[in-house]
Amino acid sequence: MKKYTFTEKKDTRSGFGAGLSELGKTNPNVVALCADLTGSLKMDAFQKEHPERFFQIGIAEANMMGIAAGLTIGGKIPFTGTFANFSTGRVYDQIRQSIAYSGKNVKICASHAGLTLGEDGATHQILEDIGLMKMLPHMVVINPCDYNQTKAATIAIAAYDGPVYLRFGRPTIPNFTPADQKFEIGKAVMLNEGTDVTILATGHLVWKAIEAGEALAAKGISAEIINIHTIKPLDTDAILKSVLKTKCVVTAEEHQMNGGLGDSVAQFLSRNHPTPQEFVAVNDSFGESGTPDELMKKYGLDSVDIIKAVEKVISRKNK
Amino acid sequence: MANIEALKKLSTQVRRDIVRMVHAVSSGHPGGSLGCVEYFVALYKVVMKHDPKAFTMDGKNDDLFFLSNGHISPVFYSVLARCGYFPIDELKTFRKLNSRLQGHPTTHEGLPGVRIASGSLGQGMSVAIGAALAKKLNKDNAIIYSLHGDGELQEGQIWEAAMYAAANKVDNLISTVDYNGRQIDGDVETVLSLGNLKAKFEAFGWTVLENKNGNDIEKVIASFNEAKNLVGKGKPIMILMETEMGMGIDYMMGTHKWHGSAPNDDQLAKALLQLEETEKDY
Repeated sequence: MKKYTFTEKKDTRSGFGAGLSELGKTNPNVVALCADLTGSLKMDAFQKEHPERFFQIGIAEANMMGIAAGLTIGGKIPFTGTFANFSTGRVYDQIRQSIAYSGKNVKICASHAGLTLGEDGATHQILEDIGLMKMLPHMVVINPCDYNQTKAATIAIAAYDGPVYLRFGRPTIPNFTPADQKFEIGKAVMLNEGTDVTILATGHLVWKAIEAGEALAAKGISAEIINIHTIKPLDTDAILKSVLKTKCVVTAEEHQMNGGLGDSVAQFLSRNHPTPQEFVAVNDSFGESGTPDELMKKYGLDSVDIIKAVEKVISRKNK
Repeated sequence: MANIEALKKLSTQVRRDIVRMVHAVSSGHPGGSLGCVEYFVALYKVVMKHDPKAFTMDGKNDDLFFLSNGHISPVFYSVLARCGYFPIDELKTFRKLNSRLQGHPTTHEGLPGVRIASGSLGQGMSVAIGAALAKKLNKDNAIIYSLHGDGELQEGQIWEAAMYAAANKVDNLISTVDYNGRQIDGDVETVLSLGNLKAKFEAFGWTVLENKNGNDIEKVIASFNEAKNLVGKGKPIMILMETEMGMGIDYMMGTHKWHGSAPNDDQLAKALLQLEETEKDY
């Protein structure tokens, strides 16, 4: 098992803020919009550095999506910022008609996704956003795993012409990917080569998968761990190549099982190479108030849950 | 000054196009389309600075128009075609399979003249504001126009947009409400009253102009000219334009019945008898 280390824990939303600030300096067409959550989204640096390109919309997310669509007409590259819940479900029809169907170059940037929002509870802990967004034709869906990767993804999506959903979160988590690692949309990142099982993880679950991989190695199980930072388009070549070798797969995500990464993987494999699969995901349930760590444990999204899923899927493979 | 007689003749032909288009597919929205003919003819033939032969999505230095109540696509398509955005003959593909003239306007099929999909109501004012902000950032002095149904104002997003535009001095935007007082289920007053619309927009910080006869092309042009003189003065501009749904065809006026239904063969013949073929039918 390859050893991963980190010098500090950082929040992915700060990676977004840093990436946006850098874009502000390098790309004059980048504009930013926020619905009264500038501090939470870490957009304050951009706001300060480029006040003429920053639009405070107020608590009016539907209007924000429409204004973002309009700003593209004239060559701007709008980045919208609010919580994941208000970035997706609240404004689904606005995104569908004015952005996705209209083919507008809007980057929908969503923080506080999933259970790790913590104490605010289920009203704010959206676990359906990946599903909502990936169902929209041609929408790109990205869920990076740490600060560095979120920063790199933020910068990379400005160079892509089309609508993108970029999902990140609130808690501080290990920042382990190299700061200079290039972000390629739709290109999975191999974290550890293994032979017994494939673990496909996204977002906050990537570090949990690394922890699980170390524990599994100690038990003599060789796990191949792949960071699926882009859920759509899915890197099906990387997935197929891996499962041809390991013959079983575990997916791990901070999202509903319905509509998430696991769902996309299952759909691909069932059509191309049916493979035993286990899902580490929230199973048809809302979240609740609690600390991020407590919630991840209660809802079965911890490294121990990945280990259990791996053991189960290996036993199924061997039947 | 524009040749008013020529504009009136074009308006009559556009009305023929509208009823023939919806008749051909037994679907579509003739009522509001007929009521907004003078608005579109004035806007595209007299008011806006635009080049139909060189359409680009960004429309740099051009005035831009956004149709928020997308269901009145027949009048939009007819006027776009008759201004030269695409072949007039293409009107016969309206609402048919593989057409660029979808039931509601869209950019998806690449139809020149359309810059946003609309149909799901309430979204166009926000989009128009975004385009207006982009114009300002680009130091482009052209004007943004948008059209909205009165029933559409029941959507909350309109008021989010109206609040934003005034608070942020989006003063390169001229919006118009097609104030015909009717919607699918009946009179707007009965379905959900808009109350004092002028007072509402004024309270939101807009300059509001009233046009009591939105089917008089000279009066429509006069409203636009008055509105253009208010551009750049710190406030978004709203024209409340009273129109008659179904205008030009006797049996379609005075009712909400023709909001979203198409005439049959006999009804079409009766309609066309009232509308002279001033330019060639497609």
